[in-house]
Amino acid sequence: MGRGRAAATGDDTARDRAFRAELVALIPHLRAFARTLTGDPTAADDLAQEAMMKAWDARASFEMGTNMKAWTFMILRNQFYSEKRRSWRQSQLDQEAAERTLVAIDDPAAPVALNELRLGLGMLPSEQREALVLVGAGGFAYEEAAEICGCAVGTVKSRVSRARRALLGILERGDYDRDGAAAGEAMGSILAHAERLSGVR
Amino acid sequence: MKKPLKSSSALDEARLRQQAIGAKLRQMFDDVVNEPVPDEFLEILRRADGAEPENG
Repeated sequence: MGRGRAAATGDDTARDRAFRAELVALIPHLRAFARTLTGDPTAADDLAQEAMMKAWDARASFEMGTNMKAWTFMILRNQFYSEKRRSWRQSQLDQEAAERTLVAIDDPAAPVALNELRLGLGMLPSEQREALVLVGAGGFAYEEAAEICGCAVGTVKSRVSRARRALLGILERGDYDRDGAAAGEAMGSILAHAERLSGVR
Repeated sequence: MKKPLKSSSALDEARLRQQAIGAKLRQMFDDVVNEPVPDEFLEILRRADGAEPENG
């Protein structure tokens, strides 16, 4: 054993290597999904690392060739909710942190729209937020999102549509309350940005 | 400050706003996707992999 051990289990090794390569390619996406769930970069990376390791440990149960992105997102999501149950107080602390951030971004020249979208997203019920993120940003089909969230396709559809309505309302009314002064400005800023993105002259 | 016209185009405007939010949401997600992955991730995975260091 130990030194000079030959690669006796060649098939397993090759499979592990393929799995590992695919998992590594998914890390950026896991980080992004974790960021939207936790709202905090450090906590998000902890969560993404835990999910990555859980996926690695469970690699034998993964069927190569099926959707590893959806599979790892499901693992990450389950991990998030099991931790959240253990530390529900954390979400209150997060809320306070978000409110402090709110005060901190008072510079009207700052690119606030992204911050405000983030805050608005944070105000949605978590099941609406994750549905919107998976479908609206993560590029998942409703069916895949349903699998990740462990619910019916129709449920995902209604969550996404409620999330879109609620988010629009929050951004338009300025419900995130930055001093009352800039209510509605976030929407204007998002729109202006979108027009630039879509190449309006 | 002029307010946008609230006319029969209100629905179109709502749709435009939804599209704008959608684009921003994707940007928010993609911004993180495009960040360089912290070394920690690969180190943890390498350790778990049981792979011996290249120049061990």
